[in-house]
Amino acid sequence: MDKDTVSLATVEYQTIGEVAGPLLFVSKVKGASYGEMVAIYSVDGSVKYGQVIEIAGDLAVVQVFGPTAGLEVKRTRVRFSGEVAKMPCSVNLLGRILNGMGQPRDGGPEIFAEEEREINGSPINPWSRDEPRDFIQTGISAIDGLNTLVRGQKLPIFSGSGLPGNELAAQIVKNAKILGGEEFAIVFGAMGITRREASFFQESFAQSGALERVVFFLNLADDPTVERLLTPRCALTVAEYLAFEHDMQVLVILTDMTNYCEALREISTAREEVPGRRGYPGYMYTDLASNYERAGRIKGKKGSVTQIPILTMPDDDITHPIPDLTGYITEGQIVLSRQLHRKGIFPPIDVLPCLSRLMNLGIGEGRTRGDHRGLADQLYAFYAEGVDLRRLVAIVGEEALTDIDRLTLKFADAFEQNYLDQKDENRELEQTLELGWKLLSMMPKESIKRVKTEYIEKYYSPEKAEDIVVSSS
Amino acid sequence: MIEGTIVKVSGPVVSVDNMAGAKMYDITKVGELGLIGEIVRLDGEVAIVQVYEDTSGLRVGEKAVCTEEPLLLELGPGLLSSIFDGIQRRLTDISEEWGDFIVRGVTTDSLPRGRKWEFVPMVEIGDQVEEGDIVGEVSETQHISHKIMVPPGVSGRVAEVKEGEFAVDETVVTLEDGYQIKLMQTWPARVPRPVKRKENPNIPFITGTRILDTFFPIAQGGYSIIPGGFGTGKTVTEQTLAKWADADIVVYVGCGERGNEMTEVLTEFPNLIDPKTGVPLMQRTILVANTSNMPVAAREASIYTGITLAEYYRDMGYNVAMMADSTSRWGEALREVSGRLEEMPGEEGYPAYLATRLADFYERCGRAVCLGKDERIGSITAIGAVSPPGGDFSEPMTQNSLRITGAFWALDTPLANRRHFPAISWLKSYTLYLDQIKDWYAKNVAEDWKEHRDRAMSLLQKEVELQEIVQLVGPDALPDFAKAVLETTRMLREDFLQQFAFSDTDAFCSLRKQYLMLKAILTYYDCLEEVLLHGVPLRQATEHPIKNEIARMKEIPSEEAEEKIADLIERIKSELRSLSEW
Repeated sequence: MDKDTVSLATVEYQTIGEVAGPLLFVSKVKGASYGEMVAIYSVDGSVKYGQVIEIAGDLAVVQVFGPTAGLEVKRTRVRFSGEVAKMPCSVNLLGRILNGMGQPRDGGPEIFAEEEREINGSPINPWSRDEPRDFIQTGISAIDGLNTLVRGQKLPIFSGSGLPGNELAAQIVKNAKILGGEEFAIVFGAMGITRREASFFQESFAQSGALERVVFFLNLADDPTVERLLTPRCALTVAEYLAFEHDMQVLVILTDMTNYCEALREISTAREEVPGRRGYPGYMYTDLASNYERAGRIKGKKGSVTQIPILTMPDDDITHPIPDLTGYITEGQIVLSRQLHRKGIFPPIDVLPCLSRLMNLGIGEGRTRGDHRGLADQLYAFYAEGVDLRRLVAIVGEEALTDIDRLTLKFADAFEQNYLDQKDENRELEQTLELGWKLLSMMPKESIKRVKTEYIEKYYSPEKAEDIVVSSS
Repeated sequence: MIEGTIVKVSGPVVSVDNMAGAKMYDITKVGELGLIGEIVRLDGEVAIVQVYEDTSGLRVGEKAVCTEEPLLLELGPGLLSSIFDGIQRRLTDISEEWGDFIVRGVTTDSLPRGRKWEFVPMVEIGDQVEEGDIVGEVSETQHISHKIMVPPGVSGRVAEVKEGEFAVDETVVTLEDGYQIKLMQTWPARVPRPVKRKENPNIPFITGTRILDTFFPIAQGGYSIIPGGFGTGKTVTEQTLAKWADADIVVYVGCGERGNEMTEVLTEFPNLIDPKTGVPLMQRTILVANTSNMPVAAREASIYTGITLAEYYRDMGYNVAMMADSTSRWGEALREVSGRLEEMPGEEGYPAYLATRLADFYERCGRAVCLGKDERIGSITAIGAVSPPGGDFSEPMTQNSLRITGAFWALDTPLANRRHFPAISWLKSYTLYLDQIKDWYAKNVAEDWKEHRDRAMSLLQKEVELQEIVQLVGPDALPDFAKAVLETTRMLREDFLQQFAFSDTDAFCSLRKQYLMLKAILTYYDCLEEVLLHGVPLRQATEHPIKNEIARMKEIPSEEAEEKIADLIERIKSELRSLSEW
């Protein structure tokens, strides 16, 4: 939507019939197309942008990006661009800061586009997809060891208000590497985040020296809500361009998807659509999928798009439509826990509801290590049992437990304090696996059922457990 | 061809004027790009079209052409090993011609025209043929002989028969009235293919998954749903069934799910060998992929495309398994289109006709005597995944499906969280097929199969009651006999019900091995009770190392199970009993 595109416009109308919330109803329109971008010139000379969301006969319904305050019916002019929303793509975007619609907001020069692409993109042909297989080391044990991220995956972080979801994302960006050492280009889509959060990310990228590898899309909390609907689409269009035209490994961070969904609901309500659960539109699944599914690898191309969307679970409720629909689309989830956060554990990843669906593709002999799967399953099984026992102890006291139960309880504490809690330490995969075996070595050998016997023989040794320090909780 | 003009565009729903003569569900090509759509409502001369592709850029005033034909599928040799989208476009061809992304308005032949098939006739000139009769066959893959059938509604005397190599659109048999039978026939996706009559399903559909085969089996021609919250393993279960289930043909419909999952199937299946036939699994599989970011209206059609393909192979007398992952996405597509049509919403915004549509779909499955003189029997077994919002089974999709289906395999989030896979809850699940197939089990697996199953089930029920007591008083306060129950059920859960879908030896477990494993665990329980009666302390009995051998039964290959587990059972008896002898 730079000056050139606007000048291509052919028709201008001064026939607004009605303004309702973010919607403009323009009548006597000829030849408008569905999804087309429009520019709106109000009397005071300011320009707003919008998109056609319905056409019926000569009536076009335009959704305005930004507040409709100051718009009036008679003298406002609407100019139809004749084109659907496009994003100028270029390698030079790396290091730039753009607004939610993809226009520069860092005071730098206009973007010289190598190619303009429709921001809605097209679905990747399932036949053309290549299987995500390469292990990405994040340096975080709870992810590398138990919920491995692979290249081309979409793995969201389910955070809660006040939980360090952003800090976790920043740490992943800082440490993420592929075994082989290639660095990631980062496309960062911020939707409705506060200025404080925005500067946190900028500082964190600056510190880790990642800034010139980042394309920053910034829609702040006080920027137009509707613009947020474009932000992830612009970001992913750039990501696809960098990955599949320039062979880059692209990591896309989208935060906060909850704000995005709120915007979706706002528009849906303004359009008087039949609401689904909690007032969110029935097509929210499809809409979210059209963003999340733009991750992956393509046969014969070197690049990849890996997505880490961050969302805030309203009231920590994982069954809320936003985390729920997200979980149905993405390939797993990393869930943060308020309880662990209160205990001072960072990152406070509650591993029990976490999952990485593509983990099996990225681990095992030849990728990470043969015992990886079994080790992860066994750690899970003991920890889950330990957490159950805590509930029991609260009722009947520790005395009523059997010896093995007491040991399992201790294991759960040790697991949280040693494995999950790592502050800003960047752990190599080897360290994570070794730590896992140290923890398993606390438990009797015959209780380990999930690991193949050959690996137990190789890695299990009670002496290892001596390194584990536990303070009882 | 009827040509009209677009008057309204709202998402995937487009209104077209001047369409007098167009019929409901006729395929219409919309706009200059020729986007494919289907007429879902007629209002005077205005036809309302649901478009299967993204409608961005459509203008009022562009033309739309009604083809005056419903969504027709091409049925013939070349379907197996293929991957289609929801409206049977070949994704391989789209990728070759138009690149890695699916562009709009493209069309492909569903069956490749270039390939020639060796046709072996089975009728002679002068033969009287009826609908469904086999006129010849084509060897489609190494193990699947593709029967060329007289299409439903056609009969007559054979006037000409050809032999040799033909493309799918070439005539191989001509009838006296001039009707030309080709290798390929077409059929509207939304209309069930006729059969002579439906039969009672009484043969089990063997899956190789212990909790399903032993506790909640279904019959060939039955249908079952797998509901579960995200991450509980719906897709893994569907894929495991697609891999190992006892079926001649598998139709796998990825309906509104992840693109990477289809890739997994596409990369894995060609490399997996079907244990029964020794050829790659891909050769018996047809994929219908309409991923979540592909157009929503085509998602609605994908289920019908899948079931029609299944019916076509059933008509040849094959046992077909259809996996639909996930039917909830199909329901949501219905809801979305219904919303755009401004219909009055029913429960949770779903259209009021949701239950009817679901019933229509599931009733297309079953075991049936097919059309044709030879009375051949074929079946379609359908497994539908359901994705209830928030994992709450009280929502309309789960409840409406439950009213129709014969088995319910409930996936449980707490089980999944503790990595108990398959996370199928033995307390919530049920099957209605048990009575119909128990005789088969008695005859082919073991006489006392059902007794064992029922005993194990009641032990698991008892565990729940005991766990409640434990929650109040702690495990130490339980008497030894109750503890023996808990010890056994723990064994049942960990060593029998848990099954690792990615392990070479454990992914498929033969029925005999399942029976023996269960028997071993129950024998262990009997012996525990026996030695407790003789005054042996429980701890001494449970510390006996034979327990670890039971835990490793899974690793025994199915073909060695008979010998090794039978031996283990004997040793359990002798070694545990020896405890009470001193």
